[in-house]
Amino acid sequence: MMATDGLNGLLVICLMGAVTLLTRFGGVLVMSVVPINQRVESFINAMSGSVLIAILVPVAVEGDMAARMALLATAAVMLAVRRPMPAIAAGISVAAGWRYLM
Amino acid sequence: MSTAVSVMPGLTLAGIGQGFWRLLPLSMFVVVFGLAYGLAAVQTGLTPLQTVFMSFAVFAGTAQFAALELWGGQIPVIPLLVTTFAINARHLLMGASLYPWLKQVPATQRFGSMLVLSDANWAMTLNDCQRGKPNLGLLVGGGMALWVTWMGGTLLGMTFGNLIANPARFGLDMVMGCFMLSMVFGGRKSLRMVLAWCVAALTAWLAYRYLPENTHVVVGAIGGGLVGLFWMEKPAEPKAGRADK
Repeated sequence: MMATDGLNGLLVICLMGAVTLLTRFGGVLVMSVVPINQRVESFINAMSGSVLIAILVPVAVEGDMAARMALLATAAVMLAVRRPMPAIAAGISVAAGWRYLM
Repeated sequence: MSTAVSVMPGLTLAGIGQGFWRLLPLSMFVVVFGLAYGLAAVQTGLTPLQTVFMSFAVFAGTAQFAALELWGGQIPVIPLLVTTFAINARHLLMGASLYPWLKQVPATQRFGSMLVLSDANWAMTLNDCQRGKPNLGLLVGGGMALWVTWMGGTLLGMTFGNLIANPARFGLDMVMGCFMLSMVFGGRKSLRMVLAWCVAALTAWLAYRYLPENTHVVVGAIGGGLVGLFWMEKPAEPKAGRADK
């Protein structure tokens, strides 16, 4: 645990930036030593969506009904039109509408 | 066995300029995401300096939204960094996919261009490379266009966010969640991916219930990743990466 006020927060962000930079340089660095094999690639591809799902679990479980409906609307629109912008807009509108009406 | 790789010319100022203008129209969408991030960051309680600095130094939208989920008076640093790595691990694949062309240019250009590696400029650059017209200026100039618009959007959202008294009433507390979910469903979908997501959701939920706080993200990421480790893609499938941003 670390405090997030003022400079401490900036330090936390610096660490985040360093980790992100490592991922930006890492692909080229690793490839110059040993090629990334298919199994590792498959693991990374499966993990990249999974981490987002994992973050959303508490939102879906603990959130109010409006939050759940918003996620549902986002998923539905995303599957239908495959564009993030309308999907996010739909989610937000549903959350706002649900809270206004219910 | 190696397939012929086209020659990657070195970086030129003119090339960077062309790349910048080629990606600028697409980058306008990034302004909207930056705006959403700025808004969410203000709601979460980041100071204006912290909000802008995160866009400046991290420059990875999804990871920044995820950081806001964990942000509070105190922040669990290790889960934050592991989450950041897991979300940005796709950069590893993106960099690796460009390696056949990048290895032809000097190391300063190779690593310098990786500083602005992002989803949209990577996808366009890889496309050009594979069509036999490798162009490092597109990666760098396009990355700069994305970075500038991301920063601009963040500033706008920060200003705008301060004006809204009760964001939940307008559904704005769901910006983060909806953004992340749209990124999940924007990626390649297959039975394998759906299984990975289900495993991720289930293991994350169990960890959320029964394990110490903030472990659910790491547990879910590894749980889903293991599905990929043991159930591999067919070799014929195209390489790497989700389209983000």
